Amino acid sequence: MTEKTAQDVTPSAAPAFKSTGRYSALRLLREALSGHRNWTRAWRKAEPRSEYEVVIIGGGGHGLATAYYLANHFGITNVAVIEKGPIGLGNVGRNTTIIRSTYYTPENIRFYDFSLKLWEGLEQELNFNAMVSQRGCVYTYHTDGQRDAMTCRANDMRLVGADCVELDRAALKSLIPAIALDNGRFPIMGAFMQPRGGTVRHDAVAWGYARGASEAGVDIIEHCEVTGVRQQGGRVTGVETTRGFIGAGTVCLAVAGHSSHVAAMAGIRLPIESHALQAFVSEAIKPFLDVVLMFGAGHYYVSQSDKGGMVFGGNIDRHNTYAQRGTQWVAQEVAAEGVALLPALANLRILRQWGGVMDMTMDGSPIISRLPVDGLVMNGGWCYGGFKAIPAGGYTTAHLIAHGESHPLTTHMDLARFAEGRTVDEPGTGPFPWAH
Amino acid sequence: MLRIPCPHCGTRDEVEFHYGGDASVRRPAADADTAAYAAYVYERTNPRGWHLEWWFHAAGCRQWLEVRRHTVSHAIDTVNGKP
Repeated sequence: MTEKTAQDVTPSAAPAFKSTGRYSALRLLREALSGHRNWTRAWRKAEPRSEYEVVIIGGGGHGLATAYYLANHFGITNVAVIEKGPIGLGNVGRNTTIIRSTYYTPENIRFYDFSLKLWEGLEQELNFNAMVSQRGCVYTYHTDGQRDAMTCRANDMRLVGADCVELDRAALKSLIPAIALDNGRFPIMGAFMQPRGGTVRHDAVAWGYARGASEAGVDIIEHCEVTGVRQQGGRVTGVETTRGFIGAGTVCLAVAGHSSHVAAMAGIRLPIESHALQAFVSEAIKPFLDVVLMFGAGHYYVSQSDKGGMVFGGNIDRHNTYAQRGTQWVAQEVAAEGVALLPALANLRILRQWGGVMDMTMDGSPIISRLPVDGLVMNGGWCYGGFKAIPAGGYTTAHLIAHGESHPLTTHMDLARFAEGRTVDEPGTGPFPWAH
Repeated sequence: MLRIPCPHCGTRDEVEFHYGGDASVRRPAADADTAAYAAYVYERTNPRGWHLEWWFHAAGCRQWLEVRRHTVSHAIDTVNGKP
């Protein structure tokens, strides 16, 4: 957290920007010789110009990634990312950092596996250490029916080229010695594992994309809140902000959590509710768990950060909210699930807890789509699965902006699916977002 | 933790209730077109502010309550239209 505030000096008094140059081991050594006094800031703090080809609302993971891919892969560099606070302080800095492609519907598996492939090459692509760690994601199952459903999912994953293996009880115990296989209420029958799944340093994702976008000429404008979307003859012409009007040929919403709020400025109602999801970190301990572990008898996921803290979370709070905090009974439920799975966790104290606001869509799948106003597109509806989707979400949103039509991997994520009766029912619960 | 003032049972913790979503949604007329029904099933105002919503007092009187709650402060203003 301290790195973020160190970058965040007075926004109006930014000194002349100097390119950071390439990062490398040799560079680190050279900078060390001068006592690390000559590092330059990673990205340029820009002042808003009167007009851009593309304005992206939201300086989170998806907004910055969209700007990065637009400028570096689709040849559109006249781009601004506008953010109401400092970049990277929304959900990209408030999650449990898990990456995986273990989804249910084949179209979502393909999309999330594309994202996983981009994660695998991300550090080379960005020349930035995002600490991508493919430590594996393990899902326990506790009943015959659950095993059958997970087998189905594993086969669907293999059919589209993703990886998934089954672990029996002995293999699970040797992989995770602390696991309680014979939990009295929910004994564990076995598990499935995606070896390519894992975790990423979440803040570094925002910084890496911001640096890459900025180097390619994108203006990143902080402390600039959108207050209106200006239209003329059914076409968007720009956005009203707290720092004046900014004209744009295309406006992209990348404000997951607040999509309904911003879309309403353009007169659009979305199939989305905002709900809070909490995450927790315990005090740091010695190496204890070297995979991401998911509890199949409830909704609980845990990994150990490189600092040693256990990072975990569970369900959303189950009522509409825009507050970045959480309700206590969910914290208790999550802690109980953790202790059922890994009893040794009972000895730990929770150090920090935080909440993020999620776009929960009516079918549990995201929305990357043109909106009913010409020149307006959105990337949102991530339903607390948005972090792992950042590279693919950014790439495919950039494709939509550059080509005017959906990337083949995201044709199922269009907004019209709801009215046309072809929802992608990922959780299988129907239009009740608080139950997803 | 929300504290919901149930008009039948008194003020109780959120854990006694089930959430039922946006209570301002109204079913369209039987002869309305499919667009009206799609909007009814899927589209929500999702306000950052006051929100009329259903809560079912599952561990109490088992009545559905119409609660007006603020989605940022979580303050509860009215239950079944009464302060």
